[in-house]
Amino acid sequence: MSKKNEQKREERSAYLFLAPYLILFLTFIVIPVALAMTLSFTDFDSVNFPKWAGLKNYISLFTSDAVFMQYVVPNTLKFSLIAGPLGYILSFLMAWMLAQVPKRSRTLLALILYSPSMTSGVAMTVIWKVLFNGDQTGYLNSLLLNWGLIREPVQWLQSTEWLMPVMIIVTLWSSMGVGFLSMLAGILNINPELYEAGYIDGVKNRFQEIVHITIPSLKPQMLFGAVMAVVNTFQAGAIGVTLSGSNPTPQYAGQLVLNHIEDYGFLRYEMGYASAISVVLLIFIAVSSKGVFKLFGDGE
Amino acid sequence: MASIQGKKMNPSRFHPSQIKFYVILIPMAILTGLPIVFIFSQALKPLNELYLYPPRFFVSHPSLSSFRKLLEAMNSSDVPIYRYFFNSIVSTLLTVLCTVGITACAGYALSKKNFRAKNLIFGINTMALMFVGAAVKIPKYLIVYGTGMIDKFAVHIIPALAMPVGLFLVKQFMDQIPNELLEAAKIDGATDWYTFRKIVVPLSKSSLATVVILTFQTAWNTIEASELYLNHDNQKTFAYYMSTLTTTGNDVAGIGMAAAATLIMFIPNLIIFIVMQNNVMSTMAHSGIK
Repeated sequence: MSKKNEQKREERSAYLFLAPYLILFLTFIVIPVALAMTLSFTDFDSVNFPKWAGLKNYISLFTSDAVFMQYVVPNTLKFSLIAGPLGYILSFLMAWMLAQVPKRSRTLLALILYSPSMTSGVAMTVIWKVLFNGDQTGYLNSLLLNWGLIREPVQWLQSTEWLMPVMIIVTLWSSMGVGFLSMLAGILNINPELYEAGYIDGVKNRFQEIVHITIPSLKPQMLFGAVMAVVNTFQAGAIGVTLSGSNPTPQYAGQLVLNHIEDYGFLRYEMGYASAISVVLLIFIAVSSKGVFKLFGDGE
Repeated sequence: MASIQGKKMNPSRFHPSQIKFYVILIPMAILTGLPIVFIFSQALKPLNELYLYPPRFFVSHPSLSSFRKLLEAMNSSDVPIYRYFFNSIVSTLLTVLCTVGITACAGYALSKKNFRAKNLIFGINTMALMFVGAAVKIPKYLIVYGTGMIDKFAVHIIPALAMPVGLFLVKQFMDQIPNELLEAAKIDGATDWYTFRKIVVPLSKSSLATVVILTFQTAWNTIEASELYLNHDNQKTFAYYMSTLTTTGNDVAGIGMAAAATLIMFIPNLIIFIVMQNNVMSTMAHSGIK
């Protein structure tokens, strides 16, 4: 058999194995993204055929959508810049400490720290609503009143002041997911000789050890964990609406980009406009991930 | 001295130097675990304890009354309770099975086959790790509509099958299966399909188990299909039914029922993860993006 023929057969069999995934991946991930980009240049009310609108949606999004510029963008930046990095650093530190305790307690503690990732966001709402209830029957209010830290119950989920902090706390609570497990496994697999060599080469303390040995050896897992952190943060973006029970959230205090998309897409049926917001969000996520790749990638 | 430092990672037994880690880890675990404990406590509270003021975190006289109420409520709705469960179980099982199959095949091709677009496809898949599905709900709806899947049971399953994270983990894991093994099989006359089933799949069991867990978690918890693509209640899932409880049931009895439902949703995830957690850890060891 000629070499060329064999290569052809190999290609054919590769595509046969790939085909089911590839078709589904194209249909439900690639095409929706492409479609969102296309629709973002149109007027589309979901009944009539989309009408070409050029850059109109983007122009009104950035020049005349007061809610978007005044609340949605600052909220999203605040939420993602706090919850994302903080959750990520927390995952790394927890993983690093867990790697230094014996297996049995490590498994148990890791299971507990990971357990929030097994709950569904919707299902947990009922628990948060009871814990953060706005009158004195709320558990947090009752506790703080009891300790004399507050004089009257705080409207945690309905106040413009507190909704965002609660959203961030709830997101941090569930930030130890797949990325955390990846970093934990990565740390456990670092070759112990590297540490010995490091100490011979002049590493003096645990901090230097993290900077010069742990992080460089862990780069691939840290990159994976960072990408997962970015995704989780943006995916959690709808949480303000579930917690406060209304879209828009009270005085837009917890309004993030995902909620703005739903508001226009599914409540007002301005699909073209909503698609433009989706595209902006996707670009935002891509830029964040790019930054993450720059930080942890192999110096490209 | 130097060698002592290295041995601090992955210790085999307790040593007083570890106390400083426990001092941080245990309170963190307690903080993280409290809301989970609260699901249990709240679900098991009898009605008078749910009303109690000041509220008490832990249940003092556990009872199954909230579960009974939940059953009654479900039985009195138009759709019988077993229907929601049946839908959830069938759609989750099929999603998990199909995802594992499709992902294993694709992972094999990307890891062990040579073809021109290989790196390009894997690169695109790695980019898709950061894909947030909720951002493209609208075009996805149009595609589901266009493919005629509205009001079909399959809509629970088919749109959920391509999972970039799963393919990524499986491919990375398969990369460490030695190529010589596959070549030897080929020389012995094994077909591709045979090599895949008898060598590659058994050796990648850990990563496939991880895909099972991740898919199960999303499929079991999701309400997307029930909420957006299905109009008839008898095709919807338990997760959907429970989301209607959390949004409407604001009275005290409703809160107990919702907590009971939350617990029912949580337990299967927990059991599956505990059973398979060893596989997850060995998969994650190869999860880095290089």
